[in-house]
Amino acid sequence: METLIPILAAAVRSGTPILYATLGEIVTEKAGIMNIGLEGIMLMGALTGFSATLSTGRPWLGLSAAFAVGACLGLIHAFLSVTLGSNQVVCGLAMTMFGGGASALMGRNQVGMTIKGMAPLDIPVLSELPILGRVFFSQDIMVYISFILVFFLVFFLRCTRPGMDLRAVGDNPRAADAMGLPVARIRCTYAILGAGLVALGGAYMSVVYNKFWAESMTAGRGWIAVAMVIFAVWNPMRAALGAYLFGGVDAFQLRLQAAGTSVPTPLLMMLPYILTILVLVFISIGKGRKISLSAPSALGVPFYREERD
Amino acid sequence: MTEGRGAVPLVEMRGITKRFSGVTANRDVNFSVEAGEVHALLGENGAGKSTLMNILYGLYRPDEGRIFLDGKPVIFRTPRDAIAAGIGMVHQHFMLVHTHTVWENMILGVKDTPFVLPKKKIINRIAEISGHYGLQIDPSAMVWQLSTGEQQRVALLQMLYRNVRVLILDEPTAVLTPQESVRLFETIRRMSGEGHGVVFISHKMREVMSETHKVTALRRGENAGTVATSETTEEALAEMMMGRKVTLDVNRSRLNAGKTLFEVRNIRVLGDRGVEAVSEVSFSIKQNEILGLAGVAGNGQQELCEALVGLRPLLSGEIKMNGCRMEGSSPRRFIREGIYYIPSDRKGVGMASGMDIVSNSIIKKYWSKPVGHGAFIDWRNSAACAKRIIEDFDVSAPSLHTPVRNLSGGNLQKLLMGRELSEAPKVLIVMHPTWGLDVSATRYVREQLLAARENGSATLLISEDLDELLALSDRLAVMFKGKFMGLLDDPASVPTEKIGLLMAGAPVEAA
Repeated sequence: METLIPILAAAVRSGTPILYATLGEIVTEKAGIMNIGLEGIMLMGALTGFSATLSTGRPWLGLSAAFAVGACLGLIHAFLSVTLGSNQVVCGLAMTMFGGGASALMGRNQVGMTIKGMAPLDIPVLSELPILGRVFFSQDIMVYISFILVFFLVFFLRCTRPGMDLRAVGDNPRAADAMGLPVARIRCTYAILGAGLVALGGAYMSVVYNKFWAESMTAGRGWIAVAMVIFAVWNPMRAALGAYLFGGVDAFQLRLQAAGTSVPTPLLMMLPYILTILVLVFISIGKGRKISLSAPSALGVPFYREERD
Repeated sequence: MTEGRGAVPLVEMRGITKRFSGVTANRDVNFSVEAGEVHALLGENGAGKSTLMNILYGLYRPDEGRIFLDGKPVIFRTPRDAIAAGIGMVHQHFMLVHTHTVWENMILGVKDTPFVLPKKKIINRIAEISGHYGLQIDPSAMVWQLSTGEQQRVALLQMLYRNVRVLILDEPTAVLTPQESVRLFETIRRMSGEGHGVVFISHKMREVMSETHKVTALRRGENAGTVATSETTEEALAEMMMGRKVTLDVNRSRLNAGKTLFEVRNIRVLGDRGVEAVSEVSFSIKQNEILGLAGVAGNGQQELCEALVGLRPLLSGEIKMNGCRMEGSSPRRFIREGIYYIPSDRKGVGMASGMDIVSNSIIKKYWSKPVGHGAFIDWRNSAACAKRIIEDFDVSAPSLHTPVRNLSGGNLQKLLMGRELSEAPKVLIVMHPTWGLDVSATRYVREQLLAARENGSATLLISEDLDELLALSDRLAVMFKGKFMGLLDDPASVPTEKIGLLMAGAPVEAA
C-alpha cells in the first residue's frame, strides 16, 4: 500500500491536464460546438503559462494568461463555426496545426529553462484521511480547483438556468431560438470558456506538473481528451474517472522507467495511451445507444434562423 | 377589411412582404386578430401561411410591412420580443428539446427564472395552468418519451406559461386523433372565451368551418380574402384558397384482389430507443389490393415500414414474399424481389438530396443492366431512364442534372413515386405519400397509387390522413403502440369515431 499511494497521488496530478481539457470540451460540445483543436489549444496554453510564469515569477499570472489565450483561440473557433458557419472539423484541425506550430516557434528560446511551479497545499483534516488524504488532498491548488469544477459542472448542467440554456442550444437550437434564447451568443460564450479550460489543462503541464517547456509536450493528450468526452458520455464525473485512469497508467510507467526495466522506453510511454483507449473502448461496448442518446443532438451543426428545411 | 367589433385589433399586420432568395413567400399581406377571436388562416402548402406567422412570431423579419400591437407599431427582432409582447406560437414541428424534461422545456427562455432552477415552484405552476385548461401532463417526463399528442400539450403549455395573449397554432390537428382534436378545440374555446386571440392554421375545411370565427385565405403568398366563418361555405373557401374549383375525389374502381403476395407473421421490431416499437404484428396483402394503416405518428409505423423493406432487423417473426422467407435478407434482395418503398422522409431516405435527378433515378438499379456494366455506369442509359420518369410522371425540373434538393415538394415526390412505380413493383410500401403536397399534387399521387393497384401491386399505405385512407384502401388496419388494433374489411362503412377510438388504443369491442 505504501508504495501505491505515491503512484496514485501522481496519477491524479498526471490526469489533471486531461481532466481540464475534457471538461472544457464537454462544455463546448454541450453547446453544440465541436472543437477538436484541443491539442493545439493545450500547447498554446502550456507555452503561454510557462512564459508568463517565467517572466513574472508568479504561477497564478501564468495560468490566468494561459486561460486568456485559450479563450482567444475559442473566440476564433466560435467566430468561424458559429458566426461564419464553417465546418467545425476543419476549424479544429487548423487549430491543432496552428497551436502546435506557433507554440514550437515562439517557445524556441525557452526550451531548457525551468520555473518553481506551485507548492502542494495540504487541506486541513481531509489530508489526514487514510489513503484518500494523501492521494487527493495533499495536492496543489489547481488539482483542488479541478475537483470543484467537476462537481460544479454537474450541478451547473443539471440544476441551473444557464446550464439548461446551454444544453438546449446544443440539443435543439431551433427550439431554443423559438423560445427566445440568444443561440449564437450562448454557443460562443461556452466555446470561449471551454477553450479557456482546455488551455488551462495545457498550462498545468508546463507550469505545475513538469515545470519546463518543450515542443509538443502535451504529446497527444488533447486527442485523448477529445475521445474521453465521448466515452464519458458528456458527464464530468466520468471524465474525471477517465482522466485519472490515464494518469494512473502514466504514473506507473514513469516509475517503471525510473526503476529501470528491460522494456524499451518508447513502449512504456505508449502504455497510458493504449491502455486508456482499450479500457474506454471496453467499457463502452454495448453502450452505443446510451452514447447516441446523450450526445448533444445538434453537435457540430451550424444554426441559421431563416434557413428553411 | 376587418368588419371589426369596434375596438382596435389585438394584432394587425399591414402590407407584409417576405422573400426567400428570390422566391416571394408573402406579398403585401394584411392580417389582423381581435381579442376573443379564433381566426383561421387557410391555404395550400406553400401559400405562405407559416411564413406569415413566423414573421408575427419574430422568427423571420419581413422585407416590407409593419406589425401593430393594440394599434401601436412594434418591431420583433427575435421570438423573445414577440413573446415579451404576448405573442406565442406552437409550430407544426414542436419547438421542444427532446432530451429535457417537460418542466425544463416549460421555462426554457423565460427571462425571470432564478439561477438555480426552482423545480417545485415550476411544477406547481404547471399543474395550475394545466388544470385550468384541461391539459394533463407529467412534468417530470422526458419529452422524447411522450406521444405526439402529449408533446403538443407541452408546446401549448409552454406558451400559456408565458401568459401570451395571441396564440398561433400551426396545423395543430395534423398530428392528433379525432378525440384529441376535440379536446384541443375545448382548450381553444376556453382561451378565446378568456379574451385571447387564436390564429389557427389549417387546411382542413371541416375544422375551419366549425371552430373559427373568421377565415383568411392565402393564395401564392397573397391575401385572397378575409370573411366571417358564419357567412361562407366550404366550397367558397376552397375556391378562395385555390383560385379555382378542385376536388380531391379519386375514382377507386372495383377490383377483385388476386392471390396473397406479401405476408407478415408475428413480427417484433426494436425502435431507435431500444424499446419494442412493433410487437406481434401480422397481416397479408393480396395483389391488386391497398391495405391502409391508420394511426397517430410515432406508434411504430416508421419502424414497421423499415422492417418490411429490410432496413431494420426483426427481433422475431416472418416476412414472406410469394411464399419465400425474406427476413434477414439485405435491402437489395428486397428490391430484387420487387418490394419497393416510398418513405415519408423523401429527402433523407428516399433520395440523396445533393445528387442530381439522373443519379437518383438509378439509385435502386445501378448494379444491373442496362444502367450498370460491371464496375461502370452507362450514363446515357441512365439519363434516358431519368427522362422517362420525368415525362411519365409529370415532374417539372430545370434540367436532368438539377440536384433533387432544389425541387419543390410536389415534384420531388413525383420523382420518387416515378422511380419506384416505373419498376412495376409487386409490393409497394408507402408512407405519408401526400404529406406537405398541395391539392393538385395530392390528387396526382393518389391517382398513381390507384393505378399501381390496378396493375397488380400489393400496397401498404401508411397515412395520418383518415380521408385519404378511406378513399384509397380496400382494407384498413389501425396501429397503436406497436400493435394492430383491428383490421376493418370495409373501411368506408365504418364510422370515423370508431376508427378514432382504435387510434387512441381502445380495444375493438369497446369501439
